[in-house]
Amino acid sequence: MATKEMELKEKKEVKKEAGEGTRPGPVFVPAVDILENAKELIILADMPGVDSKNVDIDLRDNHLTIIGRIDKTEDEKEVSLYKEFQWGDYFRLFTLSDVIDQERITAKMDSGVLRLVLPKFEKAKPQKIKVSAA
Amino acid sequence: MAIIRWKPIDEVDRLRQEVDSVFGSFLSGTEPFFSRVYPALNFSEKENNLLVRAELPGVKPESLDISVVEGRLQISGERKIDVEEQNIGYHRREREAGFFRRTIALPTRVDPGKVSASMKNGVLTITLPKSEEAKPKKITVKTT
Repeated sequence: MATKEMELKEKKEVKKEAGEGTRPGPVFVPAVDILENAKELIILADMPGVDSKNVDIDLRDNHLTIIGRIDKTEDEKEVSLYKEFQWGDYFRLFTLSDVIDQERITAKMDSGVLRLVLPKFEKAKPQKIKVSAA
Repeated sequence: MAIIRWKPIDEVDRLRQEVDSVFGSFLSGTEPFFSRVYPALNFSEKENNLLVRAELPGVKPESLDISVVEGRLQISGERKIDVEEQNIGYHRREREAGFFRRTIALPTRVDPGKVSASMKNGVLTITLPKSEEAKPKKITVKTT
């Protein structure tokens, strides 16, 4: 297991060309891990502050869009004293290959981390083909 | 004597670099809002509480250690990324794992015994009630 010290990385803001938001405030690119095995593709995305009900996953024409909206954490009575990071929504777009079985995609949100499981089609799994002797 | 061609562009560049270095030395004081130490913190105030927030996605509350000692707040912990699946390959690896520790001086005196912390959707909120002496007091001016 990794025992290294973590370094802070600045939150990356989504470039405006990617589509303009309709909500005020910045939109960030979530950090992701993409894993693959023989059965499925797994996407893990860090979206702190996003509740499971505020995650939108949209898939059309092999374009997978992940949108996470944050609830306002600070209330009106609060006075900000010092700010090192900004709150903001999350947006990221991926292009998927045809092998994904779009019907069986599952998503789960746990302590600010989205776990998206994209199962591959049965036919895309490696299969051993037996050659029978005539 | 060597003849060196005068290049006005170089002169402009050199001047700009000099100006940048002069201004950079004190302007840099405004930038470190971005500290290099994980996690980034936001401080705010509400009534008689000081609130400190940090984005810690995927960090389990039990792996966090928070303490207040002599007006300083210390947050340390570990972020683990566990993958249960076998025979898996990475296409992209942007999420980081590891240890972190951050100590920061608190702007006001707090009551260390009443500090509480909560985690919601990967956001840590630490509530630090101000100590009696740090609470605002109204001073009335008497006429003599």
